[in-house]
Amino acid sequence: MESTNTNLLIASSPHIHSSNSIDIAMRDVLLALSPAVVAAILFFGLHSFLVIITCAFSAVFAEFVAQKLMRRTVSISDGSAAVTGILLGLCLPPSIPLWIAVIGSIAAIIVGKQVFGGLGHNIFNPAHVGRAILTASWPAAMTAWTLPMAVDAIASATPLALMKAQSFAELPSLTNMFLGNISGSIGETSALALLLGGGYLIWRGQIDWKIPASYLGTVAIITCFYGAINGLGIAFPIYHLFSGGLMIGAFFMATDWVTSPITKKGRIIFGIGLGILTVLIRLKGGLNEGVCYSILIMNMATPLIDRYSKARIFGKTRKEAINE
Amino acid sequence: MKKNSFSGGLHVDASKGFTNKLSIITVPAPKTVYIPLSQHIGVPCQPIVKVGDEVKMGQMIGESRGFVSIPVHSSVSGRVTGIQRKPTANGRFVDCIVIQNNFEDTLHESIIATEKPEDLSTKEILEKITNSGVAGMGGATFPAHVKLSPPPNKNIEYIILNGIECEPFLTADHRILVERSDKILQGLIYLLKTQPEAKGLVAIEDNKPDAIQIFARLLENEQNISLVICPEKYPQGSEKQLIYACLEREVPAGGLPSDVGVIVQNVGTAAAIADAVEQNIPLIERVLTINGNGIAKPQNVSVRIGTLFSDLIELTGGFIATPSLVISGGLMMGTAVYTLDIPVTKGTSGILIFNDKSTFAKRASERDCVRCARCVDVCPMSLEPLSIAGYAKKGRWEDAESFEATSCIECGSCAFVCPSQIPLVQYIRLAKQYITTKGLGPTNPLVK
Repeated sequence: MESTNTNLLIASSPHIHSSNSIDIAMRDVLLALSPAVVAAILFFGLHSFLVIITCAFSAVFAEFVAQKLMRRTVSISDGSAAVTGILLGLCLPPSIPLWIAVIGSIAAIIVGKQVFGGLGHNIFNPAHVGRAILTASWPAAMTAWTLPMAVDAIASATPLALMKAQSFAELPSLTNMFLGNISGSIGETSALALLLGGGYLIWRGQIDWKIPASYLGTVAIITCFYGAINGLGIAFPIYHLFSGGLMIGAFFMATDWVTSPITKKGRIIFGIGLGILTVLIRLKGGLNEGVCYSILIMNMATPLIDRYSKARIFGKTRKEAINE
Repeated sequence: MKKNSFSGGLHVDASKGFTNKLSIITVPAPKTVYIPLSQHIGVPCQPIVKVGDEVKMGQMIGESRGFVSIPVHSSVSGRVTGIQRKPTANGRFVDCIVIQNNFEDTLHESIIATEKPEDLSTKEILEKITNSGVAGMGGATFPAHVKLSPPPNKNIEYIILNGIECEPFLTADHRILVERSDKILQGLIYLLKTQPEAKGLVAIEDNKPDAIQIFARLLENEQNISLVICPEKYPQGSEKQLIYACLEREVPAGGLPSDVGVIVQNVGTAAAIADAVEQNIPLIERVLTINGNGIAKPQNVSVRIGTLFSDLIELTGGFIATPSLVISGGLMMGTAVYTLDIPVTKGTSGILIFNDKSTFAKRASERDCVRCARCVDVCPMSLEPLSIAGYAKKGRWEDAESFEATSCIECGSCAFVCPSQIPLVQYIRLAKQYITTKGLGPTNPLVK
């Protein structure tokens, strides 16, 4: 009565919130990418680190300018632009000129993200949009692969190119494939580093295991059959799993919240679709690598997958749901 | 193997350690009690006393009107001094009978031990439960006798006692399980008598090992009753989720537990039913948890119905700091109240008081949805909260309905996990109101 307190806080339940936020999730992704960055510096030297840093800063800068120009709230502090930049940097060849990296980052943020309305509204994975634009614009620079730990950039074919050319004898050892001591994009070569990061994200609950599991699983199964039919042995699927952008794609790109399906079943369909497309491009397509385009294509299919993979609601039979 | 669990859900920091070892303390009755005439879901009571009347403890002072209604009783002896409109925890103003306590606690004549309670017929048991004003004490306050009178075509196979208590900070049910286990079991035996073909289940979450131990021993010799241990997860205490966890049966959308042959009662309700059947004691006192960093002594207390929150806090040690948030019920589903001038009712399972340093209820500003689908993963009803909330934001109620907004049980898991801090369940509530009122919901400030 007398003790009536007029300053009590009124809110609708729930009155507690988990400690998670976009900022924390992005920090987790940055942390998860750090082993890949370290591996990149180890195998490809300081220039690769410069590429990553350049991409991160130009992505953040592009986001800042775009949001200012479009009179939106500047949200660079959430770390999502930095993540896009670093992911793009990790997908570029070690000898890429910095100015190309800058253009790629700006394209990723502006064309891949901000024109759609910013974080949460983009249809395609921004980093892969940037990479696709660069591949179309500077195909030579984007496929100039060099040997790891070489003092001068010595040109060298990637394992995927070797497999495409049927030069299986020249393939590096599986240990080097796993550690990342092979030619390829800055941050894509070390399966070990990417598995560590991916495992961390799954453990933190930031990504769902269903997408990487179904993606990698599909690639493994198809290449296993292909290898068996063509007498290429058991190593063939393992080489496919460890080469190209598959690991970074499966754990860091395909799992992008915004552009992957929201339904549980949908995520598995998404992963299977990615696996089929990737193998199809790698084995039968004109390109050596298909991860980037598979992800961009499946991104387009995401709304459709969501629509047809809705979960059965508790207390409703499937029939009821269809009849309505 | 059966998992005794349900799909979706999440782990919330239960924060039960402050009070789960503390025995229930009986709080002295206050000078004045305010007995609301509506403490249950259904038709409010009709007062049957006048201002100036002397009433005894346990005397019926409001009688039920209709089937889905229960009477209310005086929780003290004394004089009726008026009928006052007071706010209640759910936000509505309700007429309350004001009784000045004479501190004699003279029992009403109707409170006498029942002779041979084991020989009572189903009808007599139901009558006693009805006359004692027993309502679901887990918070929903559905009249107990209505649940126990399912339509004749529904065959009840199981009665589940809900001892889950999945809300953080609440330990009242836990303490009842530990301290009043015999009474709970007796209550369940009477409940089973009303449903001749039913088996009994006592469901306890695995974060209450002491209660589980007691019931494992207690139920050893009961042929017809078994214990179900459920792994800790929110919202397991929700009726539909609990039935699924125990029996893997899904209550159909829009249906009732009796549609799958089940009745669920809270453990506190079972204890109250034992009192009603054996002693004819009406529901005039209940156990609740007082907790939070805003009060001096977090504890489990037995309180007279009609005690004002302000009196109760004073009688139990008072505040230690200026309270900034007071919740009736739990943190996940309880109501933040704007005043302490609110009486304890049959459904008050806890009062949580937090000081201004507490971050509860304070939200960072809402950001755009990033489609992370955390809400989809945790939804115990397999809904897409982000889709429903997205349509609700735009005022597209039909689209929200097509995503089954009406199936939402409002557990708040979606809003809890959202990294963009979107008040998802709040948007869904809004959508439900518009859908059930065919577009004539409250004025929506969000739709421009």
